[in-house]
Amino acid sequence: MASLRNKFRLLRAARTAGLAGVIVLGACLGYGQTTNSCLDCHSAMPDPLGVTQEKFSQDIHAQKGLTCTSCHGGDASSYDPTVSMGAKAGFKGKIDRKQVPQLCAGCHSNPTYMKQYDPGLRTDQLDQYHTSVHGKRLAAGDSKVAVCVDCHSVHDIRPPSDPRSTVNPVNIATTCSRCHSDAAYMKPYGIPTDQFAKYNTSVHYQAMMVSGDLSAPTCTTCHGNHGAVPPGVDKVQNVCANCHVFQAQMYEKSSHKAAFDALGLPGCVVCHSNHGIHMPSDAMLGTGPQGVCMRCHQPGDRCDQARVKIQSGLMQLDGAITQADQTLSVAEASGMDVSEARLAQSQARDQLIKARVTIHTYQASLVDQDVQAGLKIAAKDEQAGKDAMVERNQRRIGLGICLIAIAIMLAGLWLFIRKIER
Amino acid sequence: MIAAILRWLDERLHLDDLIAPFRHKTVPVHRLTYWYFFGGITLFLFGVQVITGILLLLYYNAGANEAFESVQYIMTKVRYGWLIRSIHSWSANLMILTAFAHMFSVLFLKAYRKPRELTWVSGMLLLFLVMGFGFSGYLLPWNTLAFFATKVGTAMVGQVPIVGQPMMIFLRGGPQVTGATLIRFFGFHVAVLPGLVVVLISIHLFLVQRLGMSVPPKIEAEWVENPSARREMKFFPNFLLREMMAWYVAIGVLGALAAIFPWNLGVKADPFGSAPAGIKPEWYFLFMYQTLKVIPSKVWFVDGEVLGIVGCGLAGLLWLLLPFFDSEPPSRPKRWITGLAIFALMYVAGMSAYGFLAK
Repeated sequence: MASLRNKFRLLRAARTAGLAGVIVLGACLGYGQTTNSCLDCHSAMPDPLGVTQEKFSQDIHAQKGLTCTSCHGGDASSYDPTVSMGAKAGFKGKIDRKQVPQLCAGCHSNPTYMKQYDPGLRTDQLDQYHTSVHGKRLAAGDSKVAVCVDCHSVHDIRPPSDPRSTVNPVNIATTCSRCHSDAAYMKPYGIPTDQFAKYNTSVHYQAMMVSGDLSAPTCTTCHGNHGAVPPGVDKVQNVCANCHVFQAQMYEKSSHKAAFDALGLPGCVVCHSNHGIHMPSDAMLGTGPQGVCMRCHQPGDRCDQARVKIQSGLMQLDGAITQADQTLSVAEASGMDVSEARLAQSQARDQLIKARVTIHTYQASLVDQDVQAGLKIAAKDEQAGKDAMVERNQRRIGLGICLIAIAIMLAGLWLFIRKIER
Repeated sequence: MIAAILRWLDERLHLDDLIAPFRHKTVPVHRLTYWYFFGGITLFLFGVQVITGILLLLYYNAGANEAFESVQYIMTKVRYGWLIRSIHSWSANLMILTAFAHMFSVLFLKAYRKPRELTWVSGMLLLFLVMGFGFSGYLLPWNTLAFFATKVGTAMVGQVPIVGQPMMIFLRGGPQVTGATLIRFFGFHVAVLPGLVVVLISIHLFLVQRLGMSVPPKIEAEWVENPSARREMKFFPNFLLREMMAWYVAIGVLGALAAIFPWNLGVKADPFGSAPAGIKPEWYFLFMYQTLKVIPSKVWFVDGEVLGIVGCGLAGLLWLLLPFFDSEPPSRPKRWITGLAIFALMYVAGMSAYGFLAK
């Protein structure tokens, strides 16, 4: 029994010596810096308890002067675990997932406190979160749903403006996909998991990731961030209208609005889909695989006739602009200055874009007005290109005549020289 | 009628005395006589520049906000404006080309030797001024290429030790290339440089007239050996008529270039925009530009760019003073100068080609 007690004593002594070693090492490494016993020990620990100085120094909170104790409580100035992690020092230990939003809100929902760091920062995140599907499920006891740290990361939280942040616009879709593309994780909720894959094929993804337009839509643009919810069927056009203002205004006044509402169809999504929105093309008005009108309409009906008129008008304008471009390019290649017509071509293109937007009125006569205006400009530009080519030819004819005159002069001079030198 | 007017003038001004030297002036005739034409062609192209330049002045507006638009107006709206501007631009390039050809022909034919040292010096100064015309005129349409070429060119001047920075500020009219630079370059192009050129051309022509045409030493030796082989033609009218034929050819070439390849205007300069990729100076500065590019950024402890610019300046100065290293006509001409001339020609051609092909 005594030997057993001795063995325990030895083990305790070894543990104390080891801990003292870690503390001394930590103290040596931290000499000259503010004492942070938490990092001194936890930087030597494996995950999930490990937090290195390097990692924590990247955190916006650390940069603003907050420490581990700001969230976890305790006393970072003491290397005695019984003091630093003692109840007396208010040590909270690992924060329970359900408590995370409340903990973060302790500061982030306090306008007075947050003002000292960034007067422009919002402080309604917790209220927003309570309205979200994530917040509601968490309140109902589902701890699998996203809490603050799932999106913003933990111990290396960067501001959203930092390209390395998990909530920077270019990273948001990937961050959401960590859960929403995980079929096993999402199985209990019965919602699709292909949103990320579809988004990666979309025109919005192209704008964001290929063209580098950080204002292009990502998940949170349509679903919200802290108050993330799926837009309801009747709200879809409101979401799209945030950017596509004119299309939404036209749709609101159109015959499709009433029809879609009556059928319970989700507005814009009916033709454009949602996550995998591709660049719209005139083929959407056609009867081919990309065509969308004939999914509902019957061949030959009044709407189908309007569709044909709209599509042919757009194709005619598109063709006229391309033709004028080609003519102007040939003139330019001949060295002719057609910059004015080139400038006007952009107006013709604007008309084509306008006509494509006017489609959302679903009135062929209105689309035709824009098409005709564009055709007029394109015809003028085409004529400018042709005129430039006519002038080019006239210049060459003039050159030919001048060269003949010069040749005659040269011959005359040569004959004269020969005559006087004979 | 014309004869009557001439007689009337002669009675009062004694024009015959003035023309007399030209009547007596002769031009040696040998297998290399055609090189004598290049000076006259360069002078003719300068005349074209003066006439087309004056016509362009009728519509050109110097100013960062108006220059590009005024040239665009000349190219598209003014009757035959495209022809005048294209001829002005093409003629400028051809003039620099013929000036270079004239310089190298004088060098290879050893026409720079005593007593023609000052003719060479005035000719070299004219060549520098012609390049100055090219540099200042290039900016005037205020397009992107011109803007950045001027930015690079004037920055190079700024690299010259001690006087570089003040010179750059003087050229630019401030620390940056702005509308003030355009106004300044316009002034150089239409007032300062033409004035200097007219004075130097007068001196150059006076010296040519005074000293007569040089005969290459080799041909001179042949003629000394065989005096019956010596042949000459009268400058007026025989040589002048032949020169006129060359001028007609030059007009034909200019007209063809202007009609088939009208000079491009490009895109209006945007001082806040970034320089277009692969921007290069005009072909006649390309050999200097490429030389500066191939020099390492540091040569021993000297900045490579400074070394290149100072080196180019010294080379120019030595070139200007070249006749003074070879001025003993009775003795055998120094061969190393011919070797140097061949090297210079190959260097200029090689570096220009390298600069043209390099990315």
